[in-house]
Amino acid sequence: MNLSFSPEDLKFQDEVRTFLEKNYPADVKRKMDNGIPLEREDHLKWQKVLSKKGWFAVNWPEEYGGTGWSVTQKHIFQNELAAINSPNIVPFGVSMCGPVIYTFGTEEQKEKFLPAIRDNDVWWCQGYSEPGSGSDLASLKTKAEKKGDKYIVNGTKTWTTMAQHADWIFCLVRTDSSGIKQEGISFLLIDMKSPGVEVKPIITIDGSHEVNMVYLDNVEVPVENLIGEEGAGWSIAKFLLAHERTGIGGIPHLKREIKRLREIANELPLNDGFLKDDDLFMDKLNKLEIDLLSAEFTELRTLAAMSAGGHPGPESSILKIGGTDLQQALSELFVEALGYYAHPFMSEADLASNEKRIGPDFAATAMPHYLNFRKVSIYGGSNEVQRNVIAKAVLGL
Amino acid sequence: MDFALSDEQKQVQELITQFIAKDYPFDVREKLVKSEDGFSREFWKTFGEFGLLAMPFPEGDGGFNGGPVDLMVILEAFGTGLIVEPYIPNIVLSGHLVSKLGSEDQKKEILPKLMSGELQMSFAFTEPQSRFDLNDVTTSAKLDGDNYVVDGYKAVVMNGPASDKIIVSCRTSGNQLDEDGISLLIIDKDSKGLSSRDYSNVDGSKASEVTLENVSVPKTNLIGDEGKAFKIISQVIDLATLAISAEAVGIMQKMNELTLEYTKTREQFGQTLSKFQALQHRMVDTFMVHEQTKSLLLMAAAKLNDNAPDASKSISALKFQIGSAAKLIGEESIQLHGGMGVTEEMSIGHYFKRLTTIRTIFGNSDYHLKRYSSL
Repeated sequence: MNLSFSPEDLKFQDEVRTFLEKNYPADVKRKMDNGIPLEREDHLKWQKVLSKKGWFAVNWPEEYGGTGWSVTQKHIFQNELAAINSPNIVPFGVSMCGPVIYTFGTEEQKEKFLPAIRDNDVWWCQGYSEPGSGSDLASLKTKAEKKGDKYIVNGTKTWTTMAQHADWIFCLVRTDSSGIKQEGISFLLIDMKSPGVEVKPIITIDGSHEVNMVYLDNVEVPVENLIGEEGAGWSIAKFLLAHERTGIGGIPHLKREIKRLREIANELPLNDGFLKDDDLFMDKLNKLEIDLLSAEFTELRTLAAMSAGGHPGPESSILKIGGTDLQQALSELFVEALGYYAHPFMSEADLASNEKRIGPDFAATAMPHYLNFRKVSIYGGSNEVQRNVIAKAVLGL
Repeated sequence: MDFALSDEQKQVQELITQFIAKDYPFDVREKLVKSEDGFSREFWKTFGEFGLLAMPFPEGDGGFNGGPVDLMVILEAFGTGLIVEPYIPNIVLSGHLVSKLGSEDQKKEILPKLMSGELQMSFAFTEPQSRFDLNDVTTSAKLDGDNYVVDGYKAVVMNGPASDKIIVSCRTSGNQLDEDGISLLIIDKDSKGLSSRDYSNVDGSKASEVTLENVSVPKTNLIGDEGKAFKIISQVIDLATLAISAEAVGIMQKMNELTLEYTKTREQFGQTLSKFQALQHRMVDTFMVHEQTKSLLLMAAAKLNDNAPDASKSISALKFQIGSAAKLIGEESIQLHGGMGVTEEMSIGHYFKRLTTIRTIFGNSDYHLKRYSSL
C-alpha cells in the first residue's frame, strides 16, 4: 500500500496546473469567481480548450480519444480543475451519452457521434425523467412507434438540465408495453431541431433556470438513431446511471469550497473578532472536513478497484449518497456563516449586472446554492433509491 | 497510489483469520475472558511463533521491520475475532517505547522476551485527572543517588494485572501540565511500594489502578533522556491509536456481517427482518459508514508510514471518525438484533462492548476533534 504521489505524478500535476492556469479564459474565471451565471458559450469556450488539448474525454478509452490516464492522474486532473474554480464539465455528452455509444453503439454511430462529443461540437441533454415517473424511472410512458424507417415519438420529459442549450437529447422511450415495465424500453437519440420538440423552462426555488420540460409531439426519429437492440434500453439506462453517479459526489469541488469557507471564516467580522473564533461553527467545519477526507479516500479506493475490474457498479451509489450529503451540508454552512446576510435575494440578472452586492461578496450566491442543492439528494436516482440499490446489489437483501 | 496489500500482508491476514476460525470461536474467547489471566498465555506464545509479536520491531532488534500498515493488518484481523490477548499494551505501547528510546542493554533485556511472548508489560500513562492529555502528569520521580524515588497514582492501566514490568510516565521537573519534564521509568511490578488493584473492564480486558509510594527505581531503568519523553509518548500513542482504530474497523465489519445474517433468518410478521425497507436502509448506512471509516484508516496508516507532516492530524481525523462510526454501528447492530442483542448469550453484545470502550481509549471524538482543529 502506498498512497503518496510518485515523482511522475508530481510532474504530471505540475504540467496540468501550468496548462490550466495559463489557458483558463479570464472572462469565464471572472464570472465563476463572482457568482455570475454562465452562458452556453462560456461553457463551450472553456470545454473546447480542454478538447483541443486532448483533456476533455478524460475517462474514455484511448481509441475514441480518451487520455489513458491512471486513476491517480485522473484524480490529480479533477483536483486541479476544481482548484482553478472551473465550472463543472457539462456531463451529458462526455460522461453519459459518450460511454453508452462507445459501449453499445454500432461503428456508424460511433463515427457519427463520438468525435462531436469529444470536440464539444454538440451539446447533449438527458431525457430520462417524466412527470409521472421520477424515482420509478422504469414506469416511463413516452412512446416510440416504429413506422417504416422512422420512430414516431410522443411524450413529455422533465427535469431536463440545460435543455435550453442542447442540440441533441438522448431519451428512454417505450417501444413495447406488453411485458413488465423494465422490458420494452429503448434508448433513442433525438435531434432537438426536429419538428415537434418544444422546450419550456422550469424555474427552481433559487430563482434559476437550469431545468426544463421537453415536449415531444409526433417527433420523427430515424431508426438508425436507436442505440443497442430495441427493448434493451433498461440495461443501457442502468449502465449510464452507474456512470452518472460516480462523479456526482463532486469531491474535488467540495475540497476547494471548504478551503474557501475557512478563508471566509478568518476574515468575516464577528463581534470584536472573526467568525473563526466561534468554536461551534468551527467544529462543524472541521467535522465536515473529516467527512470529506473519508469520502475522498472512499472514492479513490473505489476508482482503484474499478480500474482493475472495469465499469462502475453499485459502489457508485455509495459515492453518490456520501458526496451529496456533504454537498448539502457544506452549502448549509455557507448560509450559516452569513447570518442575516444570507437573506437578501439577487436574481440571475442582478448577479450579472454591475450593481453592488448586498453584504459580503460571497453572500448573494450562498442561499440560492443551498436552495438549489436540495436537488442533489433527489436527482440521479434519489438517495433512497440508491439505498435500495445497495441493499439489493451489495448486501443481497 | 496503490491501496493493495502486499502478499506478505495478505498472508498475515489469512493466518489470523484461520486461527480465529479454528482456535478462537466465541465460546473459547468467553472462557478465556473469565479465566484468572483473562487471556491465554498459550495463544500469546502462538502469536510469538506466528511472528506477530516481532512484526513491528527493527530487524536489528530481532524483528521483521513492519510499519504502521502491517500493524493495521494485524489489528483489523484481530478485531473480527475479538482477540482479547493484550497486543496493544505489550507490543504497540511498551515494545515501541523500548525499541525507539531504550538503551542497547534495555533492548537486549526486554525485546527478545517480549517478542517470544515470555514477558508481559504495560504502559501507565493515565492519571485520574488527566483523561486523554498525555502532558498531564503528577506522578513524581525524584533522583536520590542512583535511584529514582517514585510517588503517585496511575489509572486504568491496560494489561496491568498480568504485567511483569510497567513503564510509568513520571514528572521529573516542571508543573502538572508541562510537556517538558516528563520521563519514562521501567518499574518491576513486584517493586516495594508498588501496589496494584487489578480488575476486569466491561470489554473483557484487564486493567489496574497502580499506587506508587516511595518506590525506589534504579537510574538505569530510565528510558531515553530525563524530562524529554513527551514527544515520543505522543508518537507511540499515535501509533497505538491507529492500531486500536484498525481493531475497531475489524469489529465494525464483523458486527455488520452478524447483523445482516441475523436479519436474514429472524422472522417477524410473516417475513424475515431483512425484507423490511426501514431496516434495509439502516443496514446500508452502517455498511457505508464502515467503508468510509476504513478509507480513513488506510489514509492515516499511509500517512504514518510516510512520516507525513500531517500524520498526527490524520490520526485525530481517524479517531474522531472511529468514535462516531462506533456509536452508529454498535448501537444499530444491537437495535437490529432486538432483545437478543442485549443478552450475554450472543456474540454481538460482546463486540458492542469492546467497540464502545474503544471509543474512549486514546481519546474520544470530542478530544480528537479539538486536537484536529489545533494541529
